[in-house]
Amino acid sequence: MSTGRVVIVGAGQGGFQAAASLRQEGLSGPITLIGAEPGLPYQRPPLSKAYLKTGEAAKLALRPQSFFDKNAINYLPETWVEGIDRAAAEVHAGGRRIAYDHLILATGTRNLRPPIDGIDAALDLRTLTDAAALRAALDGPRRLAVIGGGFIGLEFAAVARELGHEVSVAEAAPRLMARAVSPLMSDRFLALHRQLGVAVHLGAPVAAVSATGIALSDGTDIDADLVLLAAGVRPNTELAEAAGLAVENGIAVDARLLTSDPAISALGDCASFPDPRTARRIRLESVQAATDHARAIARRIVKGDDAYYAALPWFWSDQADCKLQIAGLAGAEDEAVAVSDSAVFRFAGGQLTAVETVNDARTHMQARKRLTASVPDRTTLEAAGFDLAA
Amino acid sequence: MVKVTYVDAEGAETRIEAEEGDTVMSAAIANDIDGIVGECGGSMMCATCHCYVDEAWAEKTGPRMDGEDDMLDCAASEVTERSRLSCQVRLTADLDGLVVHLPAEQI
Repeated sequence: MSTGRVVIVGAGQGGFQAAASLRQEGLSGPITLIGAEPGLPYQRPPLSKAYLKTGEAAKLALRPQSFFDKNAINYLPETWVEGIDRAAAEVHAGGRRIAYDHLILATGTRNLRPPIDGIDAALDLRTLTDAAALRAALDGPRRLAVIGGGFIGLEFAAVARELGHEVSVAEAAPRLMARAVSPLMSDRFLALHRQLGVAVHLGAPVAAVSATGIALSDGTDIDADLVLLAAGVRPNTELAEAAGLAVENGIAVDARLLTSDPAISALGDCASFPDPRTARRIRLESVQAATDHARAIARRIVKGDDAYYAALPWFWSDQADCKLQIAGLAGAEDEAVAVSDSAVFRFAGGQLTAVETVNDARTHMQARKRLTASVPDRTTLEAAGFDLAA
Repeated sequence: MVKVTYVDAEGAETRIEAEEGDTVMSAAIANDIDGIVGECGGSMMCATCHCYVDEAWAEKTGPRMDGEDDMLDCAASEVTERSRLSCQVRLTADLDGLVVHLPAEQI
């Protein structure tokens, strides 16, 4: 369709991209982009990186107001969506009813708040409001405790050390970033953080948060003036569930990113979709998934392009002077082979599933190309000395 | 302020004023220049802020940064010796009047 009404719930990177791509593909009908937060849609990745250092909020905007005006995108900030009436094809938001021909759910995630005693005292780092509060609290030297040794917790820890704070990280799993990288890469980043002076506690679930710090379940007390909770996220699926859509670790979509209602798509962090390579249902938390999903949905809605979604996942994390890049998606059990000082290849069933690199953009980009084109097998790669360009 | 002119693939020019310290990419985004996408926000994870530095400015903008060549390998439009990732070109007083040309495709 090129003239229909599209409503997008969620104005993060994916929701924004959907609006932009719909116009770019030639949709002439009204586009309504509904966001819960104030201000223009903004980039989240810098919140745990550059923004903590500079505090430059204006630089985070994905596009200025003029972009929304020029493209006739009706952006509704600080607007809460109360429900979806599928029978009437209307969204109820801020006391209004907004009719749609197609609805896109880009509701994202929110921080997981584990049932830890006193956890309400811990700060979050997810929204610009969170990041601004955190920055304000770091106006002098502080002792900081971070719950969670994933991307966000570790990026924060690295910046906080650079800013001169004392930092402890408590991770419940036996290694850092266990969900995202191989044990080899976890070890490498453990060494980095210890070298930076971060006190890293592994296999260390937190039992309690208090005004004086955190208590680990083994009885260790870590004194801290401020506690950051960075223990992962959960997808915002309540709207979809209330509307009777299928939910399975996220709003369930098919290979074309359609929910169980053909008039509703879902994208990005909130959507679980079939992995084009393994057919396993996956949910990714990344800029790449948000924007690639958005573009695929826009092409389908406007041009009728109903090709299966097939984009290759990629991720990055900047910690001190180390840029971690991941091309592809490995399962937790996939084999890890250190092929050089800067690269780890992951294999399952004799096939390359992912490549993890540190400060090695060349290998990362080669991996993105190779994994997009085909599924390289281990024997061939080994014969080429693991040179992806060979 | 530093003046920058963006010339799109059809030859249309837009001149904007940016602050020293901004990048050619961030200035384009802030001024709503079509033709620069900047999807990763300047993290050198994509090649969607590809530009061609005008010949007259090539020396002043200097050589590519570490890793830039590798990212440019994945650019959607032709890569020439003038190609840069605009997120890696930081504006200084020396670059006042800079002219960059934009490719037809970024994705």
